[in-house]
Amino acid sequence: MSIESLTKESRTLKPEELQAVVIRFVGDSGDGMQLTGTQFSDTSAMFGNDIATFPNYPSEIRAPQGSLYGVSGFQVHIGSVEVSTPGDSVDLLVAMNPAALKTNLYALKPGHTIIVDKDAFTKKNLEKAFYETNPLEDGSLEGYRVIEVDMSTLTKETLKDVAGLDNKAITRSKNMFALGMVYWMYNRSTDHTVDFFNKKFKNKPELVEANTKVLNAGFYFAETLELIPNSFTVSPAKMKPGTYRIIMGNTATAWGLLAASEKSGLELFLGSYPITPATDILHELVKHKHFGVKAFQAEDEIAGICSAIGASFAGDLAITTTSGPGLALKGEALGLTMMIELPLVVINVQRGGPSTGLPTKTEQSDLLQAMYGRSGESPVIVIAAGTPADCFNFAYEAARLALEHMTPVVLLTDGYIANGSAPWKIQSVVDMPEIKNRKVTKATENWHPYNRDPKTLSRDWAVPGTPGLEHRVGGLEKDSITGDVNYVPENHQVMTNTRAEKIKRVQDNIPNLKVEYAQEGDLLVVGWGGTYGTLHSAVKEFTDQGHKNVGFAHFNYINPMPKNTEEVFKKFKKIIVCELNSGQFAFVLRANFGQFNFHQINKVQGLPFSNDELIQKFKQIL
Amino acid sequence: MEATAVKKYTYKDFVSDQEVRWCPGCDDYVILNSMQKALPEMGVEKENVVFVSGIGCSSRFPYYMNTYGVHSIHGRAPGIASGVKLANPDLSVWIITGDGDAMAIGGNHFIHVLRRNIDLNIVLFNNEIYGLTKGQFSPTSLVGQKTKSSPYGNTQPPFSPGELALGANARFYARIGGNNPKAMTQIFIEAHRFKGTSLIEVLQNCVIFNDGCYTDVTDKEVKDDKQIYLEHGKPMIFGKNSEKGLVLKGLKLEVVTIGENGITEKDILIHDAKEQDPTMHQMLIRLEYPLATGIIRAFDDVTLEEREDELTKKIKANSKYKKTDDLFFSGETYEVKAP
Repeated sequence: MSIESLTKESRTLKPEELQAVVIRFVGDSGDGMQLTGTQFSDTSAMFGNDIATFPNYPSEIRAPQGSLYGVSGFQVHIGSVEVSTPGDSVDLLVAMNPAALKTNLYALKPGHTIIVDKDAFTKKNLEKAFYETNPLEDGSLEGYRVIEVDMSTLTKETLKDVAGLDNKAITRSKNMFALGMVYWMYNRSTDHTVDFFNKKFKNKPELVEANTKVLNAGFYFAETLELIPNSFTVSPAKMKPGTYRIIMGNTATAWGLLAASEKSGLELFLGSYPITPATDILHELVKHKHFGVKAFQAEDEIAGICSAIGASFAGDLAITTTSGPGLALKGEALGLTMMIELPLVVINVQRGGPSTGLPTKTEQSDLLQAMYGRSGESPVIVIAAGTPADCFNFAYEAARLALEHMTPVVLLTDGYIANGSAPWKIQSVVDMPEIKNRKVTKATENWHPYNRDPKTLSRDWAVPGTPGLEHRVGGLEKDSITGDVNYVPENHQVMTNTRAEKIKRVQDNIPNLKVEYAQEGDLLVVGWGGTYGTLHSAVKEFTDQGHKNVGFAHFNYINPMPKNTEEVFKKFKKIIVCELNSGQFAFVLRANFGQFNFHQINKVQGLPFSNDELIQKFKQIL
Repeated sequence: MEATAVKKYTYKDFVSDQEVRWCPGCDDYVILNSMQKALPEMGVEKENVVFVSGIGCSSRFPYYMNTYGVHSIHGRAPGIASGVKLANPDLSVWIITGDGDAMAIGGNHFIHVLRRNIDLNIVLFNNEIYGLTKGQFSPTSLVGQKTKSSPYGNTQPPFSPGELALGANARFYARIGGNNPKAMTQIFIEAHRFKGTSLIEVLQNCVIFNDGCYTDVTDKEVKDDKQIYLEHGKPMIFGKNSEKGLVLKGLKLEVVTIGENGITEKDILIHDAKEQDPTMHQMLIRLEYPLATGIIRAFDDVTLEEREDELTKKIKANSKYKKTDDLFFSGETYEVKAP
């Protein structure tokens, strides 16, 4: 079939209505799969669908072409109903080469559709993917609907008359052919993506022309192609009215901090060192010098947190960002911050551990490190965000609690929600909760640096530049009243108790634990942090299957835990704690609520939970 | 200018209420007193002074100064001090450190703080030994030196702090004997006035674990003959009777006697601390006889905070984002309407 023979009005079919669809785009790391996936997600979100996305890319920057470990993917879940995860199994797989097909076929639902670039199934590429025979020819894909398209050839043909393009530019635009096809299949307009080209390639009109042409060619090709029997549509979801945008977890974290800075009237200081998957927060914050953000890329993790400690001592809203191994390096400095009782937000975007572990994969295995990974008795506030959009609120909350309680706060997110994206109902700073701080501006008689608010026990914040309040702080134990160095045994006991009590009293400043679905009954599903979406979706499905006696309680506040935690636990016969580690939160719960029996669901594979595995375990335990 | 501001403080204003707990006879007392004498001369408000230290004998220093201060963790004072200064560039920020704190555990921070050239002052107490942990060799201990952790003699060759600093692109480096409070006070004042990171290495005697390590160059009887005190723009002359000087012979400095072999004062090198090229400064640092002291290098350069400030002002002036709302509601947003 030649490209010229394709016309817009070749077929007019009534699209089939679907509630939700999961699509996965996979190809070589250089094939532009992230861009393709993002474009499809954005277009769908603007159409009104609820969405959740997850990129999955190798840690190699440019892995050898065609290799299994060089496969990069982007999964998007769109729905006319609420979508809380990027989806377990896939309805449509777009595979740009044999390696991509081989590594992703497992996720495709039986009988569902694969689109492949047939041109990429060369002998060489098949060998690189360790295929002994061509899967397009050997019958191994029976049971799926395979749409083979000569994408590379068609792309070249489409672009033969466009001047000023080299071979590389031509090859690189074939992802837009695939995107065009998927747009037609799901009844989506190409307008948003064409707008995107116009902005992105403002000074390269030949690239705007080329990409638009290829995108449209893919769209018309799908429309004409009889192999695609039908198109589908997913209607807009019922979402709260308002202005939305698609946001990635890491961006939401950075923006939550910007909002906290504006609301508190304090300048934002970030001391950081690059580490996957946390670096995007640094990338985002360095852009915002217009808000007075001071982002300091330090020589290592330790200098990152130490510069933030210095900025906090000097009166800024101070932040440091990292991932697991970096938190280990920051441990001693975090202990100092706790000891000298300064506000500091430490963000740990958790990844697969231990050691270097799985840098691009997700896990929740830094919980105990965040809780206890310091010398001595060193309590800090630990909170965790649940979804990509949630990162905004919890970054803001981390700043609020740090400033109001004069303490470091560790905010745990993870690779899954940090790189995932979802619609965010934009929040204006005007509507965010107040943020107080403990700054003292005037010298008073008998003032001491460890003067405390009797209610919260948080100490005064006297910053350099304030006359009459000159004082010294340090890592040595302090006299409970004057703040001078003090080694007296009884004083050490008093200070140890005070530091613990201070964190405990944060309970009065955080919301109660909410229970979704059954408010009492046979089983309480418990989770924390970045598994909110998967757990919520599994409990919903389980409830829909008729299990009306199951409740779901998700923790965002880990230390301290909400006041009503015990009350909630009491209302259920069984409690099951689900987390992406071997049972760290269950360990903390047992230490605090020994009267309950905690069952566990754990997974340490660098991957999120799937609905099916959760539901199966719920059934076993019930 | 600060230098001409009315002097409103005396030495006593900078003495804190804490009892000083260094060993009797330690040079640390000299450094503390010199600093307390220098501060009133700097014309800086007391509340705008911050001392940040790491761990070690020297790092108790902030507790004894009646200013703002942080006694932090081992080796990390440069990071904390950098954060303080970047958060509030109006402050006069001082790092107090030792040879172990700065060049062993904190070596990475030490070189990077020098490279960045933030307007900070570093006072390095170099006693060539670990004092607080009771006498192990440090990164400046000599080969062969017998210490608690090298009972048969140290086998690890030392750093030269000055050369290490130049290698890290230090703009200001001074060296002074721990028994010379007058010159030390003056150097502290100069370091404060210098815009950029200044490093002052104090040759500090540890009376307990490394007593006498500098005696052969710092003792009153020998110091005029064994040291040359360098001043910018002045000839490199030393000796009890100012009879000796330095000349360049080939690629090496050579000691000559004025009046001998036709040498006159005009032949003696003039010290140029402000020269960007560090070659001569390095030769001076390496010189064993006489030992170079005073301000060896003071090259004026743009500071990090000046660069940041300029960039921020430019971006602020041109940005469409004044409030976070401008950012949050910009670009690709969409409306969900009530059904």
